[in-house]
Amino acid sequence: MAPTTPQEPGLSAVPSYEEEQSKARFDALIDQDSRVEPRDWMPEPYRKTLTRQVSQHAHSEIIGMQPEANWITRAPSLKRKSILMAKVQDEAGHGLYLYSAAETLGTSRDELNEQLLTGRAKYSSIFNYPARSWADMGAIGWLVDGAAIANQVPLCRASYGPYGRAMVRICKEESFHQRQGFEILLSLSRGTEVQKKMAQDAINRFYEPSLMMFGPPDDQSPNSQQSMAWNIKRFSNDELRQRFVGMIAEQVKVLGMTLPDPELHYDEEKKQWIHKDLNWDEFMAVIKGNGPVNSQRLERRREAHREGAWVREAASAYAAKQAQSEVA
Amino acid sequence: MKHEELDAALDSFGDALASATRVTPGNALRPEDIAVDGVAPSDEVAQYALTLGDDALILAQRLAHWISRAPELEEDVALGNIALDILGHARSFLTYAGLAWDKSEDDLAYWREEEEFTSLWIVEQPNGHFGVTIIRQLIVSIYQHLLYQKLATSQDETLAAIAAKAVKEVDYHRDHAIQWTIRLGQGTEESAQKMRHALEILWPYVDEMFRDEPVHQNLESIAVLPSSLKDAWQEEISAVLAEAGLEIPATGQAMAFGRRGEHSEHLGYLLAEMQVLARKHPGASW
Repeated sequence: MAPTTPQEPGLSAVPSYEEEQSKARFDALIDQDSRVEPRDWMPEPYRKTLTRQVSQHAHSEIIGMQPEANWITRAPSLKRKSILMAKVQDEAGHGLYLYSAAETLGTSRDELNEQLLTGRAKYSSIFNYPARSWADMGAIGWLVDGAAIANQVPLCRASYGPYGRAMVRICKEESFHQRQGFEILLSLSRGTEVQKKMAQDAINRFYEPSLMMFGPPDDQSPNSQQSMAWNIKRFSNDELRQRFVGMIAEQVKVLGMTLPDPELHYDEEKKQWIHKDLNWDEFMAVIKGNGPVNSQRLERRREAHREGAWVREAASAYAAKQAQSEVA
Repeated sequence: MKHEELDAALDSFGDALASATRVTPGNALRPEDIAVDGVAPSDEVAQYALTLGDDALILAQRLAHWISRAPELEEDVALGNIALDILGHARSFLTYAGLAWDKSEDDLAYWREEEEFTSLWIVEQPNGHFGVTIIRQLIVSIYQHLLYQKLATSQDETLAAIAAKAVKEVDYHRDHAIQWTIRLGQGTEESAQKMRHALEILWPYVDEMFRDEPVHQNLESIAVLPSSLKDAWQEEISAVLAEAGLEIPATGQAMAFGRRGEHSEHLGYLLAEMQVLARKHPGASW
């Protein structure tokens, strides 16, 4: 159940009647599977957990723009170029909805951005792999966005109202993203030998990192239990991974490609998919900042922030002048 | 695999058009419709459509570079939206032009050489800092807004239809550029200085936009004569600059002849990047 509120210094360790009432209301909301709204009282650990999760999610959208933006100017047809632009632009929009949801928990967007730029905040580690070929636009859409959808659809029912509602909008667009990725791979799979090879190579590189997007196995994921008790998380990491791997195992057949996992099969007795052991050492190394392009991704964000400083300053100065002239 | 199976596999991903962004506009003329239903234009009309398509394509390619690099997230979205609109215009004009020569939009975008591009020098100018991009947008979007308004009454129905749709979008692009010009012109001393600099480096490419070429002169009541837009453009941009506390710079005018395929040094790099992947795989579909 929800832990009690940490006491502020100087306050009595005994909760007041009002505090008890507030906590009872919160617990009742969770028990009834209702939504917690920004003005409702909530335990500090709930607020912290959500702020961390929602802002990490927002950062992932923003950093996740980069591997795809890398191919916009080189997209091999104008139709693909326009779809890719729409997709990357959607991601900026998702980042905006999510930062707004995070702000309702009491941390400003500037502060969240600062956490990202200084490396204190995390984002999805998969974006620390480079997008080397055009086929990566397909593999990222199909596998990375596919894994994101599997994770995010249950979040539409997350107990925190603004987060759940942001996820509803995001999920609808994510399915378009996954579809365009799959279509890219489908075209390549029906193309020249070189195109087929390009597609298979991209699938090979993104398969394992996409399975790891669900997080560590359940027995090594200590925070999951609490998130599930708060109705933020609805399914465990392994449950979601199972669902996803089952889905892509079927879809890859449509492509006529293979997943780089000779062990992958459905175990009828255990009623579950068996896949190869995932390289969690690499996962942890990438999270710690040692992935192939962690440094590049963060520096791009810092550079955009640095070079845009004069624009933001001018916009605030102008807004201030306008406000002043309205008063006068 | 059968068609139905493939459709089912694709449908399992959900709505193909659920992007928050308009990949294909509601009822407006789409490049796909022009390709299927369009009547092939004459060679002269196609040449004219090509100039409009090239301007839009090169500008969209430039603007697209901002996505993931803008001063704030709202601008990643706004510039992305604008680039996407303009790319849509390019695709429509190029598709239409291509009907005359049995070429697709992609044949024209990816397989022509630099000297075959007919775009204006202003659109190939580098993005520079945000203020340079905004001034380039101000110059071009006011121009395109006037141009498409007139083109919407062209006797060529396809050009008129493309323009009628485009003008609504360009109206927003123009507003975006105007608002930023005022904000940055009046913002801080630094921002005003940067905007003056942007005007100085881009103004030399203004005259080229209004030069009438044979491609316009031979198409009376179909093409819009660029020179006919000059006064209204001058009046409108002067008013915006005045409000922003900026002035038209005292620069000369470059000998720029993009319409004849003579380009600045910038276009080669832009095309090298844009065309590299397509050209590595001749005959491939994507």
